[in-house]
Amino acid sequence: MFMQFMLLFSRQGKLRLQKWYVPLSDKERKKISRDLVQTILARKPKMCSFLEWRDLKIVYKRYASLYFCCAVEDQDNELITLEIIHRYVELLDKYFGSVCELDIIFNFEKAYFILDEFLLGGEAQETSKKNVLKAIEQADLLSMELYLVF
Amino acid sequence: MPAPIRLRELIRTIRTARTQAEEREMIQKECAAIRSSFREEDNTYRCRNVAKLLYMHMLGYPAHFGQLECLKLIASQKFTDKRIGYLGAMLLLDERQDVHLLMTNCIKNDLNHSTQYVQGLALCTLGCMGSSEMCRDLAGEVEKLLKTSNSYLRKKAALCAVHVIRKVPELMEMFLPATKNLLSEKNHGVLHTSVVLLTEMCERSPDMLAHFRKLVPQLVRILKNLIMSGYSPEHDVSGISDPFLQVRILRLLRILGKGDDDSSEAMNDILAQVATNTETSKNVGNAILYETVLTIMDIKSESGLRVLAINILGRFLLNNDKNIRYVALTSLLKTVQTDHNAVQRHRSTIVDCLKDLDVSIKRRAMELSFALVNGNNIRGMMKELLYFLDSCDPEFKADCASGVFLAAEKYAPSKRWHIDTIMRVLTTAGSYVRDDSVPNLIQLITNSVEMHAYTVQRLYKALLDDISQQPLVQVASWCIGEYGDLLISGQCEEEEPIQVTEDEVLDVLEGLLVSNLSSPVTRGYSLTAIMKLSTRFSSVNRIKKVVSIYGSSIDVELQQRAVEYNALFKKYDHMRPALLERMPIMEKTASNGPTEIVQTNGEAEPSVVEPKHPPPVGQPASQVKNTVFGLVSRCLSLMAFYLFDLSKTVNFLSIGIPPMTAYNKNGLKIDFTFERANPNPNVAVITIHASNSTEADMTDFVFQAAVPKTFQLQLLSPSSNVVPALNQGTVTQVIRVLNQQKQQLRMRIKLTYIHKGSAVQDLAEVNNFPPQSWQ
Repeated sequence: MFMQFMLLFSRQGKLRLQKWYVPLSDKERKKISRDLVQTILARKPKMCSFLEWRDLKIVYKRYASLYFCCAVEDQDNELITLEIIHRYVELLDKYFGSVCELDIIFNFEKAYFILDEFLLGGEAQETSKKNVLKAIEQADLLSMELYLVF
Repeated sequence: MPAPIRLRELIRTIRTARTQAEEREMIQKECAAIRSSFREEDNTYRCRNVAKLLYMHMLGYPAHFGQLECLKLIASQKFTDKRIGYLGAMLLLDERQDVHLLMTNCIKNDLNHSTQYVQGLALCTLGCMGSSEMCRDLAGEVEKLLKTSNSYLRKKAALCAVHVIRKVPELMEMFLPATKNLLSEKNHGVLHTSVVLLTEMCERSPDMLAHFRKLVPQLVRILKNLIMSGYSPEHDVSGISDPFLQVRILRLLRILGKGDDDSSEAMNDILAQVATNTETSKNVGNAILYETVLTIMDIKSESGLRVLAINILGRFLLNNDKNIRYVALTSLLKTVQTDHNAVQRHRSTIVDCLKDLDVSIKRRAMELSFALVNGNNIRGMMKELLYFLDSCDPEFKADCASGVFLAAEKYAPSKRWHIDTIMRVLTTAGSYVRDDSVPNLIQLITNSVEMHAYTVQRLYKALLDDISQQPLVQVASWCIGEYGDLLISGQCEEEEPIQVTEDEVLDVLEGLLVSNLSSPVTRGYSLTAIMKLSTRFSSVNRIKKVVSIYGSSIDVELQQRAVEYNALFKKYDHMRPALLERMPIMEKTASNGPTEIVQTNGEAEPSVVEPKHPPPVGQPASQVKNTVFGLVSRCLSLMAFYLFDLSKTVNFLSIGIPPMTAYNKNGLKIDFTFERANPNPNVAVITIHASNSTEADMTDFVFQAAVPKTFQLQLLSPSSNVVPALNQGTVTQVIRVLNQQKQQLRMRIKLTYIHKGSAVQDLAEVNNFPPQSWQ
């Protein structure tokens, strides 16, 4: 399941995370984010989690005050994409302990690190929750010595 | 220089800004501080500064001046630096800029680093944003890592290889040896990424596909173990063991089994097992079932398995979860062509989805419904689809209307039903109907000869209600113009005829001309309709008045029409009935419709009505429209040329109609010879030849002729009015007879002359016209 990009944004449309797996200029990225965020925020709660947008399939789900939105390709399985999103949320939850939007705002770089241990190049690299969290833990230890300065 | 503020501190500060302007000010201040810090080449705080920059970048502010700093961080020996450096590279750099190539060397070094987490960072970055050049340079390193026994690195290398192959497909070959024992891994991460890698290779190369077919038994075994093995806490999701891996394996099996009997057979059992045993209460189970269904439908599965798959989709359609319903409709749409009957069984559920609240589901249901319409269910389905058309969002109406027209055309059980259906669409979604529907509908109505009275009556009534929907108004005007006589005749078989007078009809059409709601095209239609009624109604004066008013219209098209119609009244009045008579049955041609009609009743043939360049296939609707109606005005000018210059130009063919003697008495013989005006077979050109066999001249010779009411006659000047004696010469005169109704030609002639001092007058009937002269 090849993900082209993943966006996290708040109900006011503020971007909290943007991961791009396809080469696009800053300007293009901005435009896509803006358009897509608007489209999704305009959708009513009862509508389904999938929509066709440009030539992509968009899979999105809201968790508390954050929208998690992925763009996948035509032949990808939308239902399993929902599971991917859910897995990422679980990882964040385990890492931060009952994660909320503020955690992601103040620790955005950690959110990226976790994502990069779960997905690589738009595909899942590790299907075990435990292993992803273990790797993050180890990597965090490595940066520990300078953590206070940072 | 005080230490730069910490990341969290900055975030907190920025969030206190109450306005956009305040935020911008804070950002600018901090950026300035960061810039000077970069200039000072400060190693200690570079990481912190870049992190802050990344935060501001996410808010939408420019951060390109941090690009080189990211590269410096990547080159640092500190893990934290590298972490932020690589993150910065992925966010700020893109492969279009040459600066990204500076990363290549660092990545190469890091791929060989002693710490696996550093290697991981490098693999991740390469696999996320590596350009083709970078991939070419580093593919060898990735291939090495693909063969390592370290599963943490191996899984990342596999996905990195996938990216390399996507960027530089020619490099695929070099990864082949490393794939040898990828599937023997126990580690799920490696297994998953290996399956992804194999999938990518098989999708890109038929050779690879053939090569990897031998893996089918191994894949089946792995899948079986996942299903049959007990609870495995590490990979469990709601009671299902590693659904991500299961889905990936199913997808690879789909690719391997497609078009191959042996592979398909080998996977038959496991597919059936997954299809029947997977728990469906949660999304995760349904995700696996969905993938299974897609696989079953794509490979050469036995029919029992296919039916099982369609039934799963049918069950999905009834699921409370709208996401599940959505994927079911999508899948059914894919299979409706190949497994039509199986999908038909779920038709009523699909039709129910038309009433779903979700836009995506409604669209899918609509597409699928149209795909399921056939001769047997047309009435029921059309009822549902028309109801949908009534109530759906505007974004659907155009597609739905087109779909209805198409389906009606293919499967209409009766002409009346067809016309009723069209009426329904025009009245409920009239403004959304596509432009090209108007000529198509007109053609359909023209060809349904027995329904003309009914159609024009219904359209007239619709116009009385609402003149805002242009396609409806255009079709209605056209019909009233054509069949207005039926409308006022008060005859209608299909329903209660309405009583309407000529004036009422003209009121309606004139109302369209002046209404603000009418588009210029519509006005053109109604003016032409009014003109046509001049031969069908008796209130010709009223029509003349209307037409002359529009001769000075600002709208050029309208003005031209009015001027031409005016000319038709004034100078070519005798041609008016011919030009404005009923349109014949139109043959539908594949590309251009009405412009290629061969008309056989007296209107100019297509070779005459030639557009300036040959019309392209799929010409814009407005052009098609105009040619149908331009026919009338063009006919005018061209007919004028042909008919009036006939006397001067000698370009008609004599087509071998035998001459006849019309009168022979008292020495005066009058012969008729025939010619036909070539472009118009309904006009007979008769030349009379009067000869005098007596010994005295006949002077003041006048020949007059009269024809029955259904004909039109024109007498040109005679060559002379003296018929010389003793057959020394003949007087010739040309008569033109227009015989639009192809009736038997009859003529009454009157001859007056002076012979030997006394006036002679005679009347005679000419009935012996040869059949070719009027058939």
